[in-house]
Amino acid sequence: MPRLSLTINGRAVKARQGETILGAARERGIFIPTLCNLDGLKPLGGCRICLVEVRGHPRPVPACATKVEEGMVVTTDSERVVSMRRMVVELLLAERNHQCPVCVMNNNCELQAVARLLGIDHVRYDFIAPRAVLDISHERFGIDHNRCILCRRCVRVCDEIEGAHTWDVNGRGAASRIISDLAEPWGLSGTCTDCGKCVQACPTGALFAKGTETTGKGTICLEKLVAWRQRREP
Amino acid sequence: MSRIKLATAWLSGCSGCHMGILNLHGGLMELFQLCDLVYSPLADFKEYPAEVDIALIEGAISNRDNLEMARIIRRYTKKVVSLGDCAINGNVAALRNPGGKAAVLEAAYADPVNKPVVFGECVPPLFDKVLPLHQVIPVDAFIPGCPPEPEAIRVALHRVIERL
Ligand code: SF4
Ligand code: SF4
Ligand code: FES
Repeated sequence: MPRLSLTINGRAVKARQGETILGAARERGIFIPTLCNLDGLKPLGGCRICLVEVRGHPRPVPACATKVEEGMVVTTDSERVVSMRRMVVELLLAERNHQCPVCVMNNNCELQAVARLLGIDHVRYDFIAPRAVLDISHERFGIDHNRCILCRRCVRVCDEIEGAHTWDVNGRGAASRIISDLAEPWGLSGTCTDCGKCVQACPTGALFAKGTETTGKGTICLEKLVAWRQRREP
Repeated sequence: MSRIKLATAWLSGCSGCHMGILNLHGGLMELFQLCDLVYSPLADFKEYPAEVDIALIEGAISNRDNLEMARIIRRYTKKVVSLGDCAINGNVAALRNPGGKAAVLEAAYADPVNKPVVFGECVPPLFDKVLPLHQVIPVDAFIPGCPPEPEAIRVALHRVIERL
């Protein structure tokens, strides 16, 4: 397979044709943060955490979804991309309801880890605080849309690896929601094989296995939580 | 350098962040070699003093009293620090935000026959949305955590003191 030569952060790098910038950088120990990317799944380029500069391109490109080219000059740590990454994570935190101390994934969460890595100690944007629900109709798993960042790792792992294609995305923009089959309760799904791959693939506390509801700060009563989230407007 | 005037305040939080301060243990001795505590729920001060160097604020802005207090603190303080997740993003106090004020009042106070809740004048009106501190006043530094680790408080305070 032909080898291509490029430059990443001023270092000469060799990469295979067809490889992504992310892959080439990793091979040389150059770290680029990612969220929607998961090894083994097709890249989506959705979250934009992995933005890098490529000389000659007016806008930064996602490293996970951009193939290397001969002579490419890539910068992964310019002030501009670092501030964009920060902005993206802050917007993700502002879009749903992320209260880490009462979340099943506290201290195991990739979103939290990226925020910590980027030194985010507060969010500059208004919190939208949407009314998002929980679905715990599945016997072993649950989905809490309050924590979902729409990375679609669940959608892709279910489709590409398990071959069940239970998950999809419904709606547009901030109103998008992950749905099971045709927006039915997960527990009633005719396609879900109960394999749990989506739960493993989810980077946040959105998809979880029942029985792991301990956050180290006490146990969450799922039934009460669902009743509170799903209550009718008074 | 003259002694630093330190204040702490407790808005809509659980007091866990103040526990974090107390958990400095020996660090408290170190701290009070540099600082005088001039206002705090940990001691009996009635009024916020006119000249304060650093204020550590715990808790979110949930009602009118919180907002008034935050403004007073800002007016008389050189460096305002958000202490803990509730001050920084609303955190547990903001769990009620998707439902707004009506939902929380109903959940907490409505009786089975659904009589409307009537509060006297002395109860500060709740805001519809719980806000982080930096959305109502400018904040100079942030110490995240629920509650913040004592070591994080210690290091952050020393940095703020250096920047005075
Ligand atoms: S999903 Fe992650 S960032 Fe969101 S509340 Fe849970 S731990 Fe925090
Ligand atoms: S449920 Fe999890 S894996 Fe699926 S889109 Fe949301 S955050 Fe991503
Ligand atoms: S990791 Fe590359 S866009 Fe999400």
